[in-house]
Amino acid sequence: MIPLSWYLIVAALLFVIGFYGALSRRNAIAILMSIELMLNAVNINFLAFWRYLTPEDMAGQVFAIIAITVAAAEAAVGLALVIAIYRSRDTVSVDEVDLLKG
Amino acid sequence: MFALNKLYLLSPEFILLVAAFFVLALDLFGKRRWQKSLPYWTLGGLALAMIASFWLLGHKEAVFGTMAADSFAYFFQLVGEVVMFMVVLAAMDYFPGRTRALGELYALLLSVTLAIVVAVSAIDLIMVYLGMEFLSITSYVLAGFVRENKRSNEAGIKYFLYGSIASAVMLYGMSLLYGLAGTTDLAVIAKTLAAGKSFPGYHWLLFPALLFLTVGFGYKASLVPFHQWAPDVYDGAPTPVSAFLSTASKAVGFALMIRVFLIALPSIQVDWVALLYALSVLTMTVGNFVALRQTSVKRLLAYSSVAQAGYIVMGLVAFNGGIRFASFDGVSGVLFYLLAYAFTNAGAFIAVAALEEHLGSSAFEDYDGLSKRSPFLAAIFFIILLSLGGVPATGGFVGKLLVFGAAIANQFYILAAIAVVNAVVAMGYYLRIVKHMFFVPATEDAEAVPVAMPTRVALIISLVGILLLGIFPGWFMHLATASGLAMVGL
Repeated sequence: MIPLSWYLIVAALLFVIGFYGALSRRNAIAILMSIELMLNAVNINFLAFWRYLTPEDMAGQVFAIIAITVAAAEAAVGLALVIAIYRSRDTVSVDEVDLLKG
Repeated sequence: MFALNKLYLLSPEFILLVAAFFVLALDLFGKRRWQKSLPYWTLGGLALAMIASFWLLGHKEAVFGTMAADSFAYFFQLVGEVVMFMVVLAAMDYFPGRTRALGELYALLLSVTLAIVVAVSAIDLIMVYLGMEFLSITSYVLAGFVRENKRSNEAGIKYFLYGSIASAVMLYGMSLLYGLAGTTDLAVIAKTLAAGKSFPGYHWLLFPALLFLTVGFGYKASLVPFHQWAPDVYDGAPTPVSAFLSTASKAVGFALMIRVFLIALPSIQVDWVALLYALSVLTMTVGNFVALRQTSVKRLLAYSSVAQAGYIVMGLVAFNGGIRFASFDGVSGVLFYLLAYAFTNAGAFIAVAALEEHLGSSAFEDYDGLSKRSPFLAAIFFIILLSLGGVPATGGFVGKLLVFGAAIANQFYILAAIAVVNAVVAMGYYLRIVKHMFFVPATEDAEAVPVAMPTRVALIISLVGILLLGIFPGWFMHLATASGLAMVGL
């Protein structure tokens, strides 16, 4: 059987890639995708821990399902905000969204 | 096991849920002229929820094993409901003319209250996450609510991007904590960790888990370095929304931080005290010194509310393991401070909204001679600023006394000294606004500023709260301590 740590390392790598993307991308949609990547890393963690530690208690699975649902709701609101920005400024680059500063 | 006849413990949640759907339905199916009644239904729902939370104070039970029905939860519910009551009053003047979707606005304001009420009751990691996300998602929409306004738009997207990255990081921390303890129940996590039964070989993951959780809570509470969103969002969002983001939403961040750290992670208190110590010093210093060079009152208040978070977190740093009546135990100081701060800062943003409503801007020059143009607004704003600065006889003073006192009582002398220096610096920029209001004469063409009735009521609520907490703090201090005790004992 594959040891638990392998899953955790994959999840950690995925999370770091997502985090890097979220910080370095300039396109709002790409940032949104990077955030999804981070959330999926978390889901791998939940499921791996659940399977290896407490397969009789469903908490980890439930948490993963809830995280997926919340991510969908979040993406809906996020895309709506991106569309609102695109309509008012014709861009989705976060560099050009810079009215507020100081 | 939990019996259904205990569902009345969740009555604030049910009242708010029903009110939110009722307002939405009334807007959808009702006649056009009924639209005028929407804010009154909203206020009614909030008032009922407030009565319910107040009436349930003193209970001490866990509902479905995931939500706590204890005084701690009801205390924070009351803070949230009072703030939202003031925000709805201010919104009645602010939003008509800026947006046509008034039904959605009031329904959203009610669901944001519901989110606060749910989040502060959470005693299970899943519920903590759900509550936080519910609050965040509704707040994103509210921050970007005036779609036609580019600044509101920008506030919405910035809040969303920062917020969802922070919450993803927090969720990663939660997954590690779950992995270590094998459960999501906060109290059981503490037991597993204390008994050393955490997953063998992975105990070192506890500190990263703590760090990631702090990112999530710190973002909600706008602690430096997770504060970058705060000034932009408070500045760009519709001002009544900023009023609630800087008070109720921040209180939720602190409530969850207290609950998770005290209940689930007492075994690594040394670690989180050190972490919060550093964040506290950074937060108040950065917040205050950046506030000094602001040119817009709204933005100045935004940085000042970042700095205030630094004082509040001090109470948690000074927590020494026991909550006792009539002592500087830190946690009850945090609770009292948050209550006083809710009245004060919500009032401050509503006062700014009242002027912005009329002039469309909030630069310092717009406040010139305000004492002549609107004595009512100037007088109340003056008291609010005194409370923010911590002048005796205001709620802000008692709050500062309790957290500074806790730091000194537990030998955090350097932290207390830094906080005192910061409080003096802060007084400097609060008085700068006072100078503009009272001593700089208005320009020739400056007109009087009329304040509409609902805003007046909101400002008077803020004033009464500040003075009540400042002059008769005894009962409220007792309530804060009792609430803290109820949480630890559950």
